[in-house]
Amino acid sequence: MRNEIYLDNSATTPVAEEVLQAMEPYWRIQYGNPSSPHLRGVAAENTLNSNRKQLARLLQAEPEHLYFTASGTEANNIAILGAASSPFFRRNPGHIITTPIEHPSVLRVIDHLKELGWSASYLKVDRYGHVDAQEVASLLQPTTRIVSVMLVNNELGTIAPVREIGRLIDAANRERQHKIVFHVDAVQALGHVPISIPDLKAHLVSFSGHKIFGPKGIGLLYANRQAQLRPIMFGGDQERGLRPGTENIPAVVGLTKAAQLVLDSLAENVQQLEELRQALIEGIKTIPNSRINSPLHGAPHLLNASFPGVRGEVLVHFLEQKRIFVSMGAACSSKKKGASHVLEAVGLDQEDILSAIRFSLAPTLTLDQIQYVVYSLKETVEEIRNIYI
Amino acid sequence: MYPLLLVRYGELSLKGRNRKTFEDILLNNIRSALADLPHGRLTKTYGRVYLETKDNWAELAERLQGIFGIVSVSPVLRRELDLEQIKEGASLVVKDTPGSTFKVGVRRPYKAFPLNSPELCHALGGHILRNFSHLKVDVHNPDFVLDVEIRQEGAFLYSQTLPCLRGLPAGSSGKGLLLLSGGIDSPVAGFLSMKRGVKIEGLHFYSYPFTSERSKAKVVELATRLAPYNGHGVFKLWIAYFTEIQKALQKGSYPNLSITLMRRFMLRIASKLAQREKALALITGDSLGQVASQTMESIHVINEVTNMPIFRPLIGMDKQEIIDLSVSIGTYETSILPYEDCCTVFVPKNPATKPKLEQVLRAEAELDVDGLVSEAIEKTELLELRN
Repeated sequence: MRNEIYLDNSATTPVAEEVLQAMEPYWRIQYGNPSSPHLRGVAAENTLNSNRKQLARLLQAEPEHLYFTASGTEANNIAILGAASSPFFRRNPGHIITTPIEHPSVLRVIDHLKELGWSASYLKVDRYGHVDAQEVASLLQPTTRIVSVMLVNNELGTIAPVREIGRLIDAANRERQHKIVFHVDAVQALGHVPISIPDLKAHLVSFSGHKIFGPKGIGLLYANRQAQLRPIMFGGDQERGLRPGTENIPAVVGLTKAAQLVLDSLAENVQQLEELRQALIEGIKTIPNSRINSPLHGAPHLLNASFPGVRGEVLVHFLEQKRIFVSMGAACSSKKKGASHVLEAVGLDQEDILSAIRFSLAPTLTLDQIQYVVYSLKETVEEIRNIYI
Repeated sequence: MYPLLLVRYGELSLKGRNRKTFEDILLNNIRSALADLPHGRLTKTYGRVYLETKDNWAELAERLQGIFGIVSVSPVLRRELDLEQIKEGASLVVKDTPGSTFKVGVRRPYKAFPLNSPELCHALGGHILRNFSHLKVDVHNPDFVLDVEIRQEGAFLYSQTLPCLRGLPAGSSGKGLLLLSGGIDSPVAGFLSMKRGVKIEGLHFYSYPFTSERSKAKVVELATRLAPYNGHGVFKLWIAYFTEIQKALQKGSYPNLSITLMRRFMLRIASKLAQREKALALITGDSLGQVASQTMESIHVINEVTNMPIFRPLIGMDKQEIIDLSVSIGTYETSILPYEDCCTVFVPKNPATKPKLEQVLRAEAELDVDGLVSEAIEKTELLELRN
């Protein structure tokens, strides 16, 4: 563990020591089911409620607007399908506005709705994945029900102008009988950019635990009353019927602790990440014929770069031998060349897509480690370029 | 319901003096294939095998259907040598068999039974016609035959014949080395050679870090899926270290020949390993004309490095036939997993479809061929996969 350098924190993160400790009692000692009538159950219910309250404080939301889910993907599914299932839109397929660079847990859900008769419009993105908030206004239709835009893109780190989009939707809603619901996927944003729910002007916001040094298997959905969400799964009354299934109390506690840790030290973390990212950018610039694909002012933990002539997958495996873990910008499949829909959507050419690498940082990394990464990267890129003529 | 399975192995009977060896190999393969299922004795009589079941004939029969050398399997009922009991058994078997026409076939090696064959045929035919109004006799083209064998140990009755893989028992022909990539074709080539009695060992060329750990795991999975067809014992999978050869080829000045050169290296390594391991042939998944390295010109130039026989059981099959077979033997789903293998990472833009031997030899003159081959073999690792 010590001597490995993990730069794939956007894929997942190790659980923080304090998070593990916070979860520990909830496996074997306070193991109750919040739905049970006895004291064990009451204790579990109290834990659930107090964690919900604490998360609400951290995000400046109302506790009754927070729903625990099993993942960020599930939060996105419940948000979009739940908003699409309102009594009116269930009978009248509506219209969705989104971007072509969303996570598959948004894009594929929308594909599914399209099969059910919905239509979708996709905002234009520039070379770095930026969208223009004003374009949302021009795409609105009388039947528009959902607008879904991710706050921080998971491949490029691009930050979307969600606040502006939110305001624009607020304005549009004043004259509408069937309100537009605004969903923001904030999975990659939490812990990396300041988030205050009222500020986002969104009706639905998705989060995930394992991207912020919390456990896997837990997500969070903020949904206020204007979202008029209908359940898409059925069972018990857990999470007020929106997400049935016995609550995962250890993971809820872990998520809360993880969120508290990353938000309490957000400013220091961002500063540290910015420095690391800047050092990485400077270093990559010294590698001949390399390209930074991420925007200059993006999320502080993400950097996407291409090294033409070097297949991303090959670079990943060469670097892992030096115990440096990064991920491909594009999917690994040679059978679906250039499968990164994000890099394709922003208009990178095939060579830049195939040679793209995503570095995702954590505040625990040091500048020395980044220097070592840059050194190894330079050496490895050169080595591979020498092999492939 | 059936306490016995009758196992037939037609082709073996033709093999004259070797027959006993073949039968022993087959019985050994059957025993090891059934090792984890409850079953009783396995008895060889009159050129067939009886297997005692433990109320699990269907599960045992399914397993037997995946063993090379077996032609068919029938679930068998046994009754005492008493006409009334035989009739009762016949009713049970007939009730369990679909069809609307039938005939009765009697064999009577035990001559002390009071009725002779035609008499017993007649008695059972009448019994069935009286009890099953939907059935008619058709002696020329019946939907099913109720077979009855009268032996000293009792009467044996059966009507269903489940077709099996046929072929020869794995290991009865000899050992072969299968060049196993992660693709669709090579596992099928392995399957078809096992069908002719070859005991195979796999050889995979591993080019990490150009390919990933996952591509090796995929080959291990493919080999594991082939292993049950390979008869008794472990399945040997050799993982040859191919990285340095790939590097050398990429640096060479003949990019269009890199696939031809690569395949020649593979055959050189395979031949040496086969000699060392006493395998008598190499097996590849080549199908004529499928890709650049599988044109006649390519095969000719590639084959030139060895005088070891090379079996290419897919040579006359088209892609769809190969895929269909791959689906039915259970390797397809694994083969299409999207991990890189050396054949996909290193494909040049314009691979030569008609390589010339002189050119290839000139290209190889720039390389330390023997050194690279020895290094690859030295660093080859052996995985022993158990069923």
